[in-house]
Amino acid sequence: MKIVNSAAPKKDGMKLVTGAPVYTDDLAPKEALVIKLLRSEHHFARIKNIDTSRAEKVPGVACVLTHKDVPNKRFTRAGQTYPEPSPQDWKMLDEIVRYKGDEVAIIAATTEAIALKAMKLIKVDYEVLEPVLDYKTAMAHASIVHPEPDAFTHFEFGFKPEKNIASAYYVEVGDYEKGFEESDVILTRNYETQATHPAMMEPVATYTYLDHTGRLVVVSSTQIPFHVRRMVASAMDLPMSQVRVIKPRIGGGFGCKQTSASEFFPAMVTLKTGKPAKIFYTRKEIFLGTTRRHPFYFEVKIGATKAGIVKAFDVKAISDTGAYGEHAGTVMSACAEKIMAYYKTEGYRFDGKAVYTNHVSSGAYRGYGKTQGGFAIESIMNELAHELGMDPTELREKNIIHPGDHLRLGTSHVYDEEVTRQDTCELEYCLKRGREMIDWYSKYPSVKVSDTKVRGVGMALAIQGSGVLNIDSGSATIKLNSDGFFTLLISATDMGTGCDTILAQMAAESLQVPLDQVNVYSADTDVTPYDDGSYASSSTYVTGTAVRKASEKMIETLKSEVALILSVPIEKVVYHEGVFSVDDSTLTLEALGYKLNRKQIVVTDSHVCDKEAPPYKAGFVEVEIDLETGKIDVLDFVGVIDCGTPINTNLATVQAQGGMLQGIGMALYEESEYANSGDEKNASFLTYKLPSRKDALITRVEFAPSYEPTGPYGAKSIGEIVINTASPAIMDAIFNATGIRVRNLPITPSKFYELLKQTE
Amino acid sequence: MKIRVTLNREIKEIEISPDDYLSEVLRANGCKSVKRGCDKSTCGACTVLVDDKPVLSCTYLAARVDGKTITTLEGEQEEAVKLGQLIVAEGGDQCGYCTPSLALTTIAMKRELISPTEAEIVHYITGNLCRCSGYVAQLKGIKKYMGVE
Repeated sequence: MKIVNSAAPKKDGMKLVTGAPVYTDDLAPKEALVIKLLRSEHHFARIKNIDTSRAEKVPGVACVLTHKDVPNKRFTRAGQTYPEPSPQDWKMLDEIVRYKGDEVAIIAATTEAIALKAMKLIKVDYEVLEPVLDYKTAMAHASIVHPEPDAFTHFEFGFKPEKNIASAYYVEVGDYEKGFEESDVILTRNYETQATHPAMMEPVATYTYLDHTGRLVVVSSTQIPFHVRRMVASAMDLPMSQVRVIKPRIGGGFGCKQTSASEFFPAMVTLKTGKPAKIFYTRKEIFLGTTRRHPFYFEVKIGATKAGIVKAFDVKAISDTGAYGEHAGTVMSACAEKIMAYYKTEGYRFDGKAVYTNHVSSGAYRGYGKTQGGFAIESIMNELAHELGMDPTELREKNIIHPGDHLRLGTSHVYDEEVTRQDTCELEYCLKRGREMIDWYSKYPSVKVSDTKVRGVGMALAIQGSGVLNIDSGSATIKLNSDGFFTLLISATDMGTGCDTILAQMAAESLQVPLDQVNVYSADTDVTPYDDGSYASSSTYVTGTAVRKASEKMIETLKSEVALILSVPIEKVVYHEGVFSVDDSTLTLEALGYKLNRKQIVVTDSHVCDKEAPPYKAGFVEVEIDLETGKIDVLDFVGVIDCGTPINTNLATVQAQGGMLQGIGMALYEESEYANSGDEKNASFLTYKLPSRKDALITRVEFAPSYEPTGPYGAKSIGEIVINTASPAIMDAIFNATGIRVRNLPITPSKFYELLKQTE
Repeated sequence: MKIRVTLNREIKEIEISPDDYLSEVLRANGCKSVKRGCDKSTCGACTVLVDDKPVLSCTYLAARVDGKTITTLEGEQEEAVKLGQLIVAEGGDQCGYCTPSLALTTIAMKRELISPTEAEIVHYITGNLCRCSGYVAQLKGIKKYMGVE
C-alpha cells in the first residue's frame, strides 16, 4: 500500500469548499445569548468605579459582569502543557486594565444590537496611569505593568515584574569567548522585528451551554482543547470533570488560537445565567484583543576567521510581550535553543529578556521566536559574507552541520547524544538545490534591468522544531467497527493544515486498509484521547508517532483475537491488507468486525517527543527594485525543505506556499503600527496589509529527499519552518541590488527609499 | 420592515431591521456559507451574488436587496462541487473558511468572463483573501474550472 507519501485529498475538503456549516459560529444555537466585551479605552488605568445599572435595565440584557462578579483568580491564557511556563498574570476581568482593548465588562443579551446598546450605557471611572509604551526602555520605566502581588510563576523563568520583566532566558553553549579570540573578523549588528498578526480568516469564536447533566460544554475554535478544559475549569472554580471542550472545524489558527482569548467569557455567562452563550470577535477585536508576534530587538555579534569559519555568536535580545506574559519565556527560549544550533562554532551566548508594556499581548505565531531569531542570525551571516568578500551560499557550506552531526542546542539541559544527533539534516542539499533553482551564479549579486530598475538575489537558511522535546505529547485511539472499518480518535486540531487527513493516512497505511476505511474524529475532551494540541509543529511528528504505534497495536490485538477464534497460537496468524490468514483458512476484517461486536476492540497509544528531529530549509529570493519609487517586487521565491518524507505531498506543498507568502508579508509590509500615543493605527484589513492573490505567483517549493528514522513514515514537521527565510533573504537581496540595508522589519518602500536618498 | 427576495431560487419574505447587514440576515436564514471575516468588506469571505453580481454582504444593507435575486453557495451546490473537487485535488482548500466565497465568486466569473487570461482571473478574485494556501494551488484548480491553461 502507499497511502502515505501521496496527494490524498483532505477528508473534510469538499464540505469546507462547498460551504457546509462546520465552524463554531455556524453551529451555535440560535437562542444563544450574544456576548460583547467592553474594552479599556486607556493603555493603563485602574478602574475606580464601574456603574452597570443602566445597562442592566435594557430589555433583552441577560447580565453585565465586571471584575466584582467573576472569580478572583490569576492565571495565564497561554495554552501550554501544565505546569505552564508563562507567568500567571491574567484575570478574566481585573481592576487594573493594561492595554487599550483589555476587557472591562462582559455584556450578554438576546441580540448583538442590544448588547452593543447596553455597552454604551456602562459608566467607568478610570484612574489613568502612565503607560509603558517602548519595550526597549520598559525595564527602567517608573510604571510597573504588573504591580499586583498575586501574579506568580509555576517555576523560575526570570519573572521580575518589578522591572517589567515577564521572563528571561540566558544560556552559554561551548566556549564562545575562545571562539571570539580565534576570530579574525568580528561584526556587531542590531536588528529589529515588528509586531505582525496571525490573521487567520476565521475570527476567534466560542459558544457554551450546560448539557443534560448540568456540565459546562465549551465549543470553540481552538488549537488546544485540553488546555482550554484545564484553564476554564480553573478560572470558573469548577472541578475539571465538570467541563467538556469540543473543537469543530477551525478556520485557521497559526498560533493565535493557542491562547485562550474567547472561551472564558461565554463560559462565565452560561454559568451565571444557565443559558447558552456565544462570542464571535470582530476583526478589530482580533487585532486589539488577542495576540500578535512578539516584536524583538537584537544585538548580535559574530566572529569568524578570514577563511569564513564561523567561531562564535553572542546575542542579546529584548522582546515585547505586551500587557501579559503569554508565551513570553518560551518564545524567547525557542529562539535561543536552535537559531545557532546548525552552525558549527566554538560556542555562543544568548541573553534574552521578554518585557511587559501596555500594548496588546504577544503570543504564539507560526515560527515562535525562531522566525525573529533566525532573521537576526541569517542576516548577520549574510553581512559577514559581504565583509569577507565571500558568496553567502559558500559561507553557509563551510559552517553547516550534516547528517550524523549533533545539534548544538542553546539549552542548559544535557541531552543524550541520541537525542541531538541529526539522522537527517539535508541543509547542504537544500542549499545547493535552491541555488540551482534560482540560477544563483548568473544572478548574484545583482542584474541591472534598466536605468531605474535593478534586480538582486538573496538567501537564508532556517530551522524549526518537530514538537517540543520531552514535553509535547499526543495520543491516538483506534476502534474497530462492524464491517471492518476503523475510527481514529485524536485531539490534534486540524486548523486547515490537514492533520486529520495526514494522521488518517498513517493509520490506513499501518492498518493496510484504504483511506476511506479510517474515519477520523477530533476533538472532544469527553471522547478523544489527550493531546497537547496542534502547535509547535508537533502533529505529524508527535501525534503521528502515536497513531502509528496505536495502529500497530491494533493489528497485534486483532491477531490475538483471530488466534482465539481459530484456536491457534498467535504466531500462526498472518495479516495482509484486510485479511487474516492461518494456513489455508482466512478471516476478513469485515467478518472479524461483526464477530467482535460482542467484544469491542479499542486500542490507544501515546507518544512523547523524545528526539530533536527539526526540519531544515533553504530559501532563495529574487527581487526587483524601482530606484525611482523604492517599490520592491518579489519576482521569485524558492523554498527547498527537508521535512523528512512528506506524508501528503499536496498538503505539505501548500503549507509551504502559504507560509512562504506569510513570510514575504512580514518581510515587506505587514506591521501593526503604533502612533506616538501608543494607539494601534491599523487594526483592520483595510490598513493591515495581507499578501493578496496578486502577490502570490512566485513561490516555488521542492522537498529534499529525506527520511527521518524516528518519525512516522519518515516524516518531520513542515508547518512553521516555511515562514522563516523570507525576511533575511529579502533583506540581503535588496542590499545586493542596491547597497542599501534595512535592518528593521518590514522593509517598506518608504523606509528603503529614505535610506537610498540619504546615500545618494 | 419586510423584504421580499428570491433567495437561492425560492421567493421569501424576511423580517429585517433597517440597519441589518445582508450577511447577518442570510446567516440567520440558514445560509452559513456566508462568512464574517473582517466586517469591513476587505476580505471577501461574505461574498454573495445580488442579481448575479458578487457583492460584499458584510457592509451591504439588507434593505437594499428588496425585490432582488440573492444567490449564496447553498444555491450553487452543483457548480460548487465541480469547482471544489478541482481545488481539493490541488490541496488548496486548507482551513476552508474563505473557500465558499471564493467558489461563489469564481462561479460568477465563469458566467461573466469569456476565455479570460490568468491575469484577468487573478484580478477578478483578488478581493478574496486566503491566509493559509499561498493562493497557488487554488489558482491551479480555478484555471481548470475556467477551462484556461
